[in-house]
Amino acid sequence: MASLVLEDLRKSFGPVAVLHGIDLCLASGEMLVIVGASGCGKSTLLRLVAGLEVPTAGRILLDGRDLAPLDPAARDIAMVFQNYALYPHMSVFDNMAYGLRIRGMPKPEIRARVGEAAAMLGLAELLSRKPRQLSGGQRQRVAMGRAIVRQPKLFLFDEPLSNLDAKLRVQMRAEIKRLQRRMGVTSLYVTHDQVEAMTLGDRLLVLHEGKPVQLATPMEVFERPADTYVGGFIGAPAMNFLPATLLAGGGAVRLAWGEVLPFADGARAGAEGRKLSIGIRPEHVAVVAAGTALQIDLIEPLGSETVVIGRLPDGELLSVKIAGPAPAGEQMHLHLAPEHLHVFDAGSGLRLDPAT
Amino acid sequence: MKGRTDWAAHIVLCIGVAAFLLPIWLVFASSTLSAAAVQRGELTFIPRLSGFGVYYRVLTEPSAGTGPAWRMLMVSASMALAIAVGKIVISVLSAYAIAFFRFPFRLTAFWIIFITLMLPVEVRIIPTYMVMSELGIINTFTGLTVPLIASATATLLFRQTFLAVPDELFEAARMDGAGPLRFLWDILLPVSSANIAALFVILFVYGWNQYLWPLLVATNPKLDTVVIGIVKMISTESLTQWNRVMATAVLALAPPIVVVLAMQRWFVKGLTEGEK
Amino acid sequence: MERRTIFSGWLLPVLLVLPQLALTIVFFLWPAGQAMWSSTTLTDPFGLRSRFVGLANFRHLFADPLYVATIWRTVEFCAAVSTLAIAAGMVLAIAADREIRFRGLYRVLLIWPYAIAPAIAAILWILLLHPQIGLIGRWLNSIGIPWDYQLNGPEAMLVVVLASSWKQVSYNFIFFLAGLQSIPKAVMEAARMDGAKGFFRFRTVTLPLLMPTVFFLLVVNLVYAAFDTFGTIWAMTSGGPGKSTETLVIKVYRDGIVNQDIGSSSAQSVVLMGGIILLTILQFRFLGRRSGGQ
Repeated sequence: MASLVLEDLRKSFGPVAVLHGIDLCLASGEMLVIVGASGCGKSTLLRLVAGLEVPTAGRILLDGRDLAPLDPAARDIAMVFQNYALYPHMSVFDNMAYGLRIRGMPKPEIRARVGEAAAMLGLAELLSRKPRQLSGGQRQRVAMGRAIVRQPKLFLFDEPLSNLDAKLRVQMRAEIKRLQRRMGVTSLYVTHDQVEAMTLGDRLLVLHEGKPVQLATPMEVFERPADTYVGGFIGAPAMNFLPATLLAGGGAVRLAWGEVLPFADGARAGAEGRKLSIGIRPEHVAVVAAGTALQIDLIEPLGSETVVIGRLPDGELLSVKIAGPAPAGEQMHLHLAPEHLHVFDAGSGLRLDPAT
Repeated sequence: MKGRTDWAAHIVLCIGVAAFLLPIWLVFASSTLSAAAVQRGELTFIPRLSGFGVYYRVLTEPSAGTGPAWRMLMVSASMALAIAVGKIVISVLSAYAIAFFRFPFRLTAFWIIFITLMLPVEVRIIPTYMVMSELGIINTFTGLTVPLIASATATLLFRQTFLAVPDELFEAARMDGAGPLRFLWDILLPVSSANIAALFVILFVYGWNQYLWPLLVATNPKLDTVVIGIVKMISTESLTQWNRVMATAVLALAPPIVVVLAMQRWFVKGLTEGEK
Repeated sequence: MERRTIFSGWLLPVLLVLPQLALTIVFFLWPAGQAMWSSTTLTDPFGLRSRFVGLANFRHLFADPLYVATIWRTVEFCAAVSTLAIAAGMVLAIAADREIRFRGLYRVLLIWPYAIAPAIAAILWILLLHPQIGLIGRWLNSIGIPWDYQLNGPEAMLVVVLASSWKQVSYNFIFFLAGLQSIPKAVMEAARMDGAKGFFRFRTVTLPLLMPTVFFLLVVNLVYAAFDTFGTIWAMTSGGPGKSTETLVIKVYRDGIVNQDIGSSSAQSVVLMGGIILLTILQFRFLGRRSGGQ
């Protein structure tokens, strides 16, 4: 059990800055998920912590100890790689035992630890197999086992599920969560998959172009996205954004086609005519008998739900997620409920909360 | 999928196979004839059982122009093995350094090694000979092998193989605590074993088949390779004993062919991938 | 291409690269430098003294009609050997790539000749073509076609071309087979669906996709024919009769080792280096295309 602290961590490759100052504090036993699109610097962040890259500036402290002078192997950190990185010529047992052997652990203890991890992961029958004789899910488990046997202070997961098919991914996701809880090891988990991020993390760090955008619990990130990027990134189908202007008094906005929406949670600061972006999630758009008209463009049935994409009176696209099958006809009527609106500044994209 | 036989392909392939097998079989069968019979032009495709004694004789007795074949075969084998093993060792080390480290003059070192691609023995016959005599290694086993060990092809091949090893594998090993030498021995070499096997075949054949180099640096008959020996046997002033030449040729052909056939799977893959 | 992560430290890698570097400098760079130096000097007949003569050796060399003739002879020899060996290798590979019975066996039987030494290939072909004892040579003479490559120049050239290209067929076969197998099956199936058949399909689909292999092998075969055939030629004809099978490498060997003319033979070595540098550049230009194109 250990705490991890990152202080103004920066990394540049030549003139290109990849990480612009990350500050982070992980409580002991916490699982923090770093999420972002590819190229946002999330893997680099992980590799800095692992010691595989050297930071340009900033500090990494594990249990209060600066990791900078330590070699990757000396940091007491284990990592699960995206493509598993199993040693192809070694058996499952040897793959897991290799790191312990190098550390000079006595053989009986190695056997005990590997046996324990293998039992935990359901690998006990496979210990003499070579990686190529294993399925994708089994390889994934071996990669986890290799990290577990080390009993490290910190786990690093680098998109560990992205090479698995959809069904296996869901299964392994649950398994990782269970294991992490059970072992209580502080963990950093990197992914581009928002479902993984939401389900696994105690907290999320959303990275965008090397900058931390939001650090919060999954539900808070979902309910109060810090800016339009986070709003659009978390949640599927993605949040709708409608251009709007602030009305006098700040208590309501006017949408492009003239409709006026009041704020449910209070007035926003700003002069009349301030340009805003109003976010609403597809599942929060209500279908009503009479209201804003939507010209239906495309219907995507998902089984229990249906996603309808249509055009608003001003021609903007809007997606709506409704329970049950698609409505008949070429038009439907919507209600944009004020309590579900997210208000962002149109220029900076930042969330705009009620003025207090 | 196709019901009918592709006769054209079979005919082409049979001609091709025959073009290689028949000459060798002719030599093998005719090696059992008497020298006089060959001299009269009575080559045969049917071996005479009673003539197989020629193999014992060429192996153990000197022939006109050369010593006994067993000696030459030993020289050829030592030379081929020394070149293959030496080159693999030296190239693995240098390719490892170039692929997995950054050190001063790394690129300079790489280019110096790379340049040797452009300088095969054949184009620097005289100057190399002069350098060798200054070093005093003419007519030594060292002179026969060491200069051939230093060439770029194997280094480039290993560098490519090593660069193809996934970064994650290397990083996993580092996190497991493997240092440079341990990583080389425990992970990199086992992972590259197929390429090493392929390269061994290529280099063994290369070493065994050398002609110009031993001709140049080893005039001492004790250092005659079997390839050199055969050419000496047909160039003697006295009458060529063709049955002995043919028997020696069969003996000279057998080892590299056996090596190629035994390791064919790795060899073909390694050859075609390596030379890209 | 570089690795993402590396080991730190510089002493170990320097030690690792040192043996290779030392051998390279002693046996490649020193001789090459030596060659350049002595190609600009003239040694007196007793080998006691040498003096700087600038480019005189090169001027003599290219003014010598015999040397120019040798260059052209080498070019012709290389062209003939490369063409024959590449064509034969390609035809055999195409046949062996078909879905036919015994193709595994055929492949093995066409791959092993890779192991034949050039000098031994010469022995085999002497036993086929020798006018008195060779199988084919005797037969030609017996049906009234006069044949003696030991006396007739063009016949000697034919003999060394045959033996040299024969030796190289299996190398080309291996590469063409790999090239054919790397063509995606789907592409050939698409061509079939488009109705391309037989030779037309070969010419419009297979051959263009095989062109990188052809270019690569062309360079390799030219280098082989120019340099590696020394053993074959020396054992069969020693460059004779007269100079009718004397290639550049044979001439360097003769002038330098047999006739001890260091200046001229060094100049020849430098010319050869120039040639092979040209071929290597060609090869890498083309290599860039090959990796860029796929």
